[in-house]
Amino acid sequence: MDILTWTYILVGLSFAVYIGIAIWSRAGSTNEFYIAGGGVSPLANGMATAADWMSAASFISMAGLISFSGYDGSVYLMGWTGGYVLLALLLAPYLRKFGKFTVPDFVGDRYYSNKARVVAVICALFISFTYVAGQMRGVGIVFSRYLEIPIEWGVVIGMCIVFFYAVLGGMKGITYTQVAQFCVLIFAYMVPAIFISMQLTGNPIPQLGLGGSVADGTPLLAKLDGVLADLGFAEYTAGRKGMADMLMITLALMVGTAGLPHVIVRFFTVPRVKDARLSAGYALAFIAILYTTAPAVAAFGIYNAINSTSEKNISELPVWVQNWQKTNLISVDDKNGDGKVQYLADPSANELSIDKDIMVLASPEIANLPNWVVGLVAAGAMAAALSTAAGLLLVISTSVSRDLVKTFNPRISEKKELRIARIAAAGAVLFAGYFGVNPPGFVAEVVAFAFGLAAASFFPVIILGIFSTRINKEGAIVGMISGLIFTIGYITYFKFLSPELNTLEHWWFGISPEGIGSLGMLLNFLMCYFVSKFTPAPPQHVQDLIQEIRIPKGAGSAHNH
Amino acid sequence: MPNSPGRMSDYWKKNLRTLWILLSVWFLVSFGFGIILVEPLNQFKIGGYPLGFWFAQQGSIYTFIILIFVYVARMNKLDKEFDVNED
Repeated sequence: MDILTWTYILVGLSFAVYIGIAIWSRAGSTNEFYIAGGGVSPLANGMATAADWMSAASFISMAGLISFSGYDGSVYLMGWTGGYVLLALLLAPYLRKFGKFTVPDFVGDRYYSNKARVVAVICALFISFTYVAGQMRGVGIVFSRYLEIPIEWGVVIGMCIVFFYAVLGGMKGITYTQVAQFCVLIFAYMVPAIFISMQLTGNPIPQLGLGGSVADGTPLLAKLDGVLADLGFAEYTAGRKGMADMLMITLALMVGTAGLPHVIVRFFTVPRVKDARLSAGYALAFIAILYTTAPAVAAFGIYNAINSTSEKNISELPVWVQNWQKTNLISVDDKNGDGKVQYLADPSANELSIDKDIMVLASPEIANLPNWVVGLVAAGAMAAALSTAAGLLLVISTSVSRDLVKTFNPRISEKKELRIARIAAAGAVLFAGYFGVNPPGFVAEVVAFAFGLAAASFFPVIILGIFSTRINKEGAIVGMISGLIFTIGYITYFKFLSPELNTLEHWWFGISPEGIGSLGMLLNFLMCYFVSKFTPAPPQHVQDLIQEIRIPKGAGSAHNH
Repeated sequence: MPNSPGRMSDYWKKNLRTLWILLSVWFLVSFGFGIILVEPLNQFKIGGYPLGFWFAQQGSIYTFIILIFVYVARMNKLDKEFDVNED
């Protein structure tokens, strides 16, 4: 069978499974809609968290990003995994003990202020919307590339699927579909990686293959350093970014991860505090399968791409290069007319341009794997994009129905609240779909936004809310707002207002906009501390609440107290 | 009285001590070995990996997983010791 048929079969099959699970596990109460009834096992929650976390960008683009940045790509690997240590140790168990449904719930109660709650809701909505728009775009691209239909139709089909299980199923439906999606995406990522590792290094485990040797006995990484240096590029294992920038970006991504509302909310769905801790461990272990494979896929990909094109006759390029030339993800321009491909660091002489997404998308063809593997990668990419989009849509709908409507209308009936939550989810799907079809020109930039804002807004006030009894509402509100404004200001200035100044010599302390969330976080911490110092301590019932959440005993299920 | 305020503050202090130790390791393997000390460590090799590069792209992630599971085990023990564990 050809690639297209296999893709239709495998993508269709996976969708049927997701819809089946959604019908089986649809939500009947707000409790089930928001937190899946609080009865998810730590292992299932770990898998669901991993699927929720790994987006289209992690699946399709991250390996390619590392291919072209080498050692510098480590910021993503460490940043997007190290945040789970902070989550497990500093946030998840206490927020689970606190026992409500959302992050703004915690901020509002701990800082005894609806103003603080509203600031938190705005942060949550902003972060989730920027993130979800990119996911729907990912869905559209995968559809159009593999199923050969227009991007618009791809987005519409994706919207229908997400609508179906996020709106019907709520957190319960999402959680169990995500478990299935994790299995699909990790299998789809590992199969080509294992085969390529075996072909290049003789070792089937990609994590070991990356440290292995190529056929002539030289270590792969040393060989790659040499090949790149010969072409005028920086060595693969050497850094190009400044150390301060590396530190700050890694920190901003770690802290941002721990502050993302769609990640935090997952730890409300398990029965006990100790399950929240354990579940963070499982989540990271599942995420690490992909995140330790990605650097191997990255190095294998760039090595293969150079070896099969550089100084080769244009008429004799391998079939996969010719196939992907049709999609413009690879293009060759014989500038010096010698009939051969020159891949060089010097842009005026370079004749080959490779899109970063090719490292994963073309990997089955590079490894000469059968057609069904291509279909599998398509299904995996869809699973990655859909699972993340669904998790984000839930945060958006919960923020509207619970944190806004319920807060200001406390006597609303459960049935009505559930209906509002569903309407909000539906509205969010349409919104995301619109931006999937008409993407703003700055999708890549807004990712820096989402992490920077999560780092600079939520993380400090949640940590201080748990580990300090002295930080009060004045401190928290000023802290969140100043962290937010500072970070938005810096990113907007360098990314949108004066992009021509976005270089090392203009950055403060050598910190790029991607890393500025770290400084925003620091500012938030300082503001919280000093403003609280000069304003009255929190009232007694809040002090009692803090003592209460520090002790696991008596968590019970999350509820509406 | 198992849940007296004094005992609970002991529990909290032990918890904080655990956190400091684990977070120091967290900082050391990623920011320390993976970024600040990456160049001197790259003089050493494990298999075909320069050591600093290995920490940045592999080792730090494995360590993170171990840290969380050590934390889980340690806190479960602490919860039992102070009789604040859940059923």
